[in-house]
Amino acid sequence: MRRVHVCVVVGLLLCAAPGFAQNVAGPAKAKATTPEIPFESVQNFFKMPAGVYMGEGVGVATNSKGHVFVYTRSGETRLFEFDQNGAFVKEFGVGSYGFSFAHAVRVDKDDNVWAVDEGTNVIQKFSPDGKLLMVLGKRPDPLEQLALLPGGGQYSGANKPYSFHRQTDIGWDPQGNIFVTDGYGDSRVVKYDKSGRFIKSAGTRGNGPLQFSTPHAMAVDAKGTVYVADRGNSRIIVLDNDLNQKAVYDTVGAPWAVCISNTPHQYLYSSNSFPTGNNFDQAPITGEVYRMELDGTVLGRFGKAGHAFKEFSSIHQMDCRNPDELYVAEITAWRVQKILLRPQTRTSAGQ
Amino acid sequence: MRNQPLRPLRALRSVVITSIAIGVPLFAQSVPDITYDANADVLTLPAYGEVAGVATNSKGHVFVYARTGHAVATLGDERTFYHNGSRLFQFDQGGKFVKEIGQGVYAVNFAQQVRVDPQDNIWIVDAGSNQVVKFDADGRFQLVLGRKPENINVRPGPGVPASGGMPPEGAAAGGRGGEGGRGGGGGGRGGGTPGAGLPGDAFSRPSDVAWDRAGNVYVADGYGGNNRIAKFTKDGDFLKSWGQTGSGQGQFNQIRGLASDATGNLYVADAGNKRIQVFDGEGAFKSQIGNIGTPQAICVSGGSTQYLYSSNSNDSESMDHGEIYKIRLNGQIVGKFGKAGKLPKEFGIVNAIDCRTENDLWVGEIWNWRAQKVTLRR
Repeated sequence: MRRVHVCVVVGLLLCAAPGFAQNVAGPAKAKATTPEIPFESVQNFFKMPAGVYMGEGVGVATNSKGHVFVYTRSGETRLFEFDQNGAFVKEFGVGSYGFSFAHAVRVDKDDNVWAVDEGTNVIQKFSPDGKLLMVLGKRPDPLEQLALLPGGGQYSGANKPYSFHRQTDIGWDPQGNIFVTDGYGDSRVVKYDKSGRFIKSAGTRGNGPLQFSTPHAMAVDAKGTVYVADRGNSRIIVLDNDLNQKAVYDTVGAPWAVCISNTPHQYLYSSNSFPTGNNFDQAPITGEVYRMELDGTVLGRFGKAGHAFKEFSSIHQMDCRNPDELYVAEITAWRVQKILLRPQTRTSAGQ
Repeated sequence: MRNQPLRPLRALRSVVITSIAIGVPLFAQSVPDITYDANADVLTLPAYGEVAGVATNSKGHVFVYARTGHAVATLGDERTFYHNGSRLFQFDQGGKFVKEIGQGVYAVNFAQQVRVDPQDNIWIVDAGSNQVVKFDADGRFQLVLGRKPENINVRPGPGVPASGGMPPEGAAAGGRGGEGGRGGGGGGRGGGTPGAGLPGDAFSRPSDVAWDRAGNVYVADGYGGNNRIAKFTKDGDFLKSWGQTGSGQGQFNQIRGLASDATGNLYVADAGNKRIQVFDGEGAFKSQIGNIGTPQAICVSGGSTQYLYSSNSNDSESMDHGEIYKIRLNGQIVGKFGKAGKLPKEFGIVNAIDCRTENDLWVGEIWNWRAQKVTLRR
């Protein structure tokens, strides 16, 4: 009897906590009316060196040569580089103070690699050969953090110019200005110039205009417009370059991951990811990825929740440099899948 | 200032004191700029992290004490223990990595400073373990001052009973109760006089170490609950300490740095009071230097004419300030160089300056995770 009680209690704890984070709404509004895009998944694309294992697939990005950068929560949080054929190239920042709990990796136009770490509250900029070029944010004094034990990391809304609170993503405009979504502990977008100098921030916690509930990912288009994945509010908020709100796209579910293709005609992808937390009630109404025009028009969708190949278990970041060849990192299956889209009407942009 | 006519000196002094009191560097605009070069690419850290300390030895080797890797609190023990978190690296005069010193050493938790004494011994100051550790020139352990708190005092909170935060068994120090004004220890560890500390080596976030010609050891203690300078023999026996929390002569508000000159005078970076106080080796107050912002890192150069350098480091939420002052030992400001920022040649929270030779400096930055080699042009 006693053992049963314990199990029930543990089960409740495991199930209950993550549920608050997600919006338990119905299916995405566009789902029923959107055509499916046929696609394939390349199995076993990434070749890990012997003795190196993937953990939670949390960040993925490509550079101009097609090399793939994978930011993973393994035994330690680590950043790996693979070539365009999936062969292991190298590891970035071994033993760095800035790696604790991976959140996102992005590659800028000069192929510098930026690692966004929500454990240390630090963003590291690495040159293509792995040299540290810049640090944004500051890891909190560990002793002062003891005051936050246990738990900690709750929303504070501190809105500091040079400190983050569980920031989530990074992007750049054509001028090299830096945008950071920040994050779980704040609800804002921060803008810096290319030398790392604070320009401004915008956003508070909530569900109104220019408010966010976990701005979880971000993408910046070629004009410098900022697309913020407002996950908790199940919407994408579009900001102009000065962080004024321009538009809201609310038909594609809860955007866990967003990316914009690096093509003359740019496409926006957004993942309505299956939430972590083992609540399989969510599986039928989550898991798909949407392909969109920058103006919010939904063009198609692919994928569904699940652990098998061609299924997606909590997509956390996507790379769509090539809009028909995506890399998707999944938290709960410990993998990154390479996805080849086969849209029936191929767009000129993908060629 | 000593060489100036008497009357202007008096006027000047009153203005200086006023400006210290209100914290405005009235004369900053008249301080000449020193032309300088900086190279951020000489050293590549084997593991990236905040550079809290940088120092050279007599051969030109460079030692970097960095906050890197991970400070770890163990789980599953009855009490919570604190391990790792920092590493000490040695580079040769060309910047080539030579070796790591002190791997896994008990005290290496939260790097605060590294200094090299006249015999080329390497001293680290750790504000996590509250310890000062001496290694010989080859990296062998020689001496430790202070005791690491046995365990972390976790504040009572949801799921943690108040009894979880017991003080370390048998330890004289009140754990980490002092830092940030939290906890029970606070500044009262001296048993009455705030910040005076206990007569011994119960440090509270010590910040720096210096020596006199006889080899006596001075520890800046520090930026936690204590505001004092503690003096020890070369063997580590406690001799005396002076200072307490406050803003008067011989009082301190967050000591961030300490340096000694060839005559044994001590320069104390009294950051919270925006001044450097000068003492003799027995703790007698001699003078103070103002109009230098908030001194976070200081050093005294070698050579026959010694100079004092002091960094008005930016805080972690601004790119204000960041300049480093070059000062004669009599307090006269020679010039300044640099500003806060993240680019090469800019400075991001400077926490360490090495100035073994007058115009060739190493500058360690907490923000920018690097040590820059700085050359001043005259």
